[in-house]
Amino acid sequence: MLNTIARFLYHYVFKRSSTFTLGAVISAMYFERAYDDACEYIFETMNKGRLWKDIKHRYEK
Amino acid sequence: MALLLSKNYFSFQIKRCFQRQQFSGVYTWYGIEWKCGKRILRNVLSVLVGASATCGAFLYFLDRSVQAMGHIAHLPSYPWDFEGYLTSLDHSAVRRGWQVYRTICHTCHSLRYVRFMDLIDVSHTKDEVKAIAAEYEIQDGPDEEGNYYMRPGRLSDLLPPPFPNEEAARAANFGAYPPDLTYIIFTRRNGRNYIFSLLTGWTEPPAGISLSDQQYFNIYFPGNIISMAQMLVGGVVEYDDGTPSTTSQMAKDIVAFLSWTSSQEFDERKRMFIKGMGISVILLASIAYCKRFVWSHLRSGQIMYVPKEKY
Ligand code: HEC
Repeated sequence: MLNTIARFLYHYVFKRSSTFTLGAVISAMYFERAYDDACEYIFETMNKGRLWKDIKHRYEK
Repeated sequence: MALLLSKNYFSFQIKRCFQRQQFSGVYTWYGIEWKCGKRILRNVLSVLVGASATCGAFLYFLDRSVQAMGHIAHLPSYPWDFEGYLTSLDHSAVRRGWQVYRTICHTCHSLRYVRFMDLIDVSHTKDEVKAIAAEYEIQDGPDEEGNYYMRPGRLSDLLPPPFPNEEAARAANFGAYPPDLTYIIFTRRNGRNYIFSLLTGWTEPPAGISLSDQQYFNIYFPGNIISMAQMLVGGVVEYDDGTPSTTSQMAKDIVAFLSWTSSQEFDERKRMFIKGMGISVILLASIAYCKRFVWSHLRSGQIMYVPKEKY
């Protein structure tokens, strides 16, 4: 299974510089989104109840 | 003839660095830089650590002895809940602090680097901030006839100062100037603990000290005689979330608020800390892996040769 994935990746992504660059750009985009969400999640669990988004329901009509 | 062979091929022990081994007529070097480098690194590191520990201890005690000569009360360290590595400001405390500033401190102290719109989504909703801004009269102009006029505040306005200039502020406060509070946390040493202690530190003057009418005694103010009376008396503010407004509660809330005004990027900084540290950990792990991968050839290798003459 891993072998097939590796072969697939090599063949269609890593082999040519053009696809390699494209792959780097796209994976950077998705990595950043996932990473930001993960960090935001850590921040919000650490500070539950202290952030504006936790108290704003009290003041919004 | 030089050959690179795997580490396990010759399983003998090397005791000193730069040691040559004879193995049935073949000379080999093995583990050369590694052991020596390790020893040098260890020595250099221990010298560095020793030197910096000595200097640090010396400077620390020197500094302490200088502080002990002063006449300033030593500040207690309060456990500020937002001073952790990952903890944000408590936004309900910031909101309460704004209320304290608005009802009490604003009669004398300006907050001139804060705009109304900065409060949006920090302690108030947009509609609330619009209502707050509209309560203030702000000078604007000149209009077509060259006159300045007053208009209600807008979101983009800076908070108007209570006095038009320093002279007016001094005249109204018997010669003492109430400083701007925006960055007060940074302008005083150990700012948070100082402001909290100052705001809770008024006492009766001890025997032998006589004060005039506009002077008050505060243990934490440098020189002890301050021209600001105790403002935070229990119950002067009615909090809109029902928190009892004791003196220390109000002092704590105003410190949280002033921490926010002095560094409005406070929460963002904590967020960036998490991100930066996470990225560093990922980078460190991959660099360590790469390094081991690249160097594994050298570390497990061995140089062999057969000399032409007897060594
Ligand atoms: C009646 C006017 C008045 C009010 C209200 C007032 N202050 Fe002051 N404040 C002063 C004056 C005057 C000084 C200058 C004191 C001096 O230099 O002797 C001062 C000084 C200060 C200082 C600086 C102390 C230092 O180390 O130099 C701080 C901090 C401070 N006030 C905080 C506050 C806070 C927080 C509030 C609101 C709870 C407040 N003040 C309300 C008049 C006022």
